[in-house]
Amino acid sequence: MSMLRLDNVWKQYGDQVVLKGVDLSVETHQVVCLIGASGSGKSTLLRCIDLLEQVDDGRIWLGDEDITEPGVDADQARRRIGMVFQSYNLFPHLTVLDNVTLAPRRVHKKPRRDAEAAALHLLGRFGLADKAQDHPDKLSGGQQQRVAVVCAMATDPQVMLFDEVTSALDPELVGEVLDVIRGLKEGGMTMVIATHEMAFARDVADTVCFLDDGVLLEQGPPAQILSAPTQRRTREFLTRVLPT
Amino acid sequence: MSDAGWVKSDQQLAREERRRRLALRSATLATISTVVLLGVVALIVLTSPGWPVVRRAFFSWPDAKASFPDIARAFWVNIKLFLTAEPVILVIGLAVAVVRGTRSPVMFPLRALAIAYTDLFRGVPTLLLVFLVGFGLPALNLQGVPTSPFVLGWIALILSYGAYVAEVFRAGIDSVHRNQRASGRARGLTEAQTMRYVVLPQAVRNVIPPLLNDFVSLQKDTALVSVIGVVETLRVANVYASSNFNYTPYVVAAMFFIVLTIPLARFTDRLTRRSVERQFGTSS
Repeated sequence: MSMLRLDNVWKQYGDQVVLKGVDLSVETHQVVCLIGASGSGKSTLLRCIDLLEQVDDGRIWLGDEDITEPGVDADQARRRIGMVFQSYNLFPHLTVLDNVTLAPRRVHKKPRRDAEAAALHLLGRFGLADKAQDHPDKLSGGQQQRVAVVCAMATDPQVMLFDEVTSALDPELVGEVLDVIRGLKEGGMTMVIATHEMAFARDVADTVCFLDDGVLLEQGPPAQILSAPTQRRTREFLTRVLPT
Repeated sequence: MSDAGWVKSDQQLAREERRRRLALRSATLATISTVVLLGVVALIVLTSPGWPVVRRAFFSWPDAKASFPDIARAFWVNIKLFLTAEPVILVIGLAVAVVRGTRSPVMFPLRALAIAYTDLFRGVPTLLLVFLVGFGLPALNLQGVPTSPFVLGWIALILSYGAYVAEVFRAGIDSVHRNQRASGRARGLTEAQTMRYVVLPQAVRNVIPPLLNDFVSLQKDTALVSVIGVVETLRVANVYASSNFNYTPYVVAAMFFIVLTIPLARFTDRLTRRSVERQFGTSS
């Protein structure tokens, strides 16, 4: 059984249809990278999986549960999923430590002492232990995104979703964030990653999916999709984004 | 980078000298124009045909001295009114703003009530509200309805300002980036928890300057309750003025309000400047 399965997912905003019947399966420990132009539906797909948007048709299965069914406790489903956005992940009024312990304490009702010990351990693992008492605005963009990953990891999610987490960063800060995601892959985390970093996708993905105008046009191992795509649209996209 | 060995160039020294001269010239100009303007205003007022009468009616020293103790005592009533109304206004304003932001169907009646409340009480002039509550509420002859003018005036001010403050809080809630909510929900926080731990702390911080501005306004508006017979500053000044045919007590009363509001207004300015700096200033 797949960890995550999308079955004919449709989504529209007003008159604009953003997702047009997407099917996708993600196995446990698998890393799936979503590539495609801006506006192709990558972010919307991730937001639908995390139930931040309501799908207009189709089903999303998390394990053996259809989380798109009306009446499903969305908060409960979201707790099994970790998500990191392009920006605004951290809460500026809280210290790094309080950012990380917020969900464990309020959602999972962990005592403060335990939550903080776990948070410090996790921050240490990502080389951020000395930032625990700082507020987010004291951190570099790269450090902020790494803290955001720690925040999402703090509740032991079964799946992690990454929505172009390096797109708002200065180029020299991208590497440190991608390294953190590589570290998660080594730990066996199941991940769906929307990214513009093709070299990173080639390196980290088990499967690369190309989204074009709301359609999942093709998917396969990175070597095949990124080097020998079968679809004309995929080739066109890759010639635009890959350095020649 | 080290600035060791930096000797300012002659060009820079000349530039700084020139800037100093220009600054001195601006200061001199500002002083002259202020003195001239004040002089002109004083001249117009003091030479006006009615000035001798105005001086006797509004600036009579004996009347100021005589009315001062009573007005000072009455001003304490305004301060009590302000200090006891303010916390209640904050609670009501925040509650109304939060209720308006909910989406759960269970909350529908409360939400409708909150909207009706802000629409209604923001639209009615505060003075009119003081009359309506002050004379209307006791006329109902209901058990337990207060009859003291002080309490009725207090209720009217709370109803009116609660609606304003609710709108200020709502603007604050809207000012928090929507992705902050998404980020809260994505971590598994419920809608209420996201509001409590993520949105509200930031929202409240963002609206402290406009809130203080409303408080300054409330301090002045405590004088409105004089119309239903609360013996406060304006009322006492009014009584004194009409029995002595002299308006000086009004000026004395005005002084009390000014002395109270100016410090708060300055404090508000400073906070506003600080929050603007935080938003557009030094970060990254």
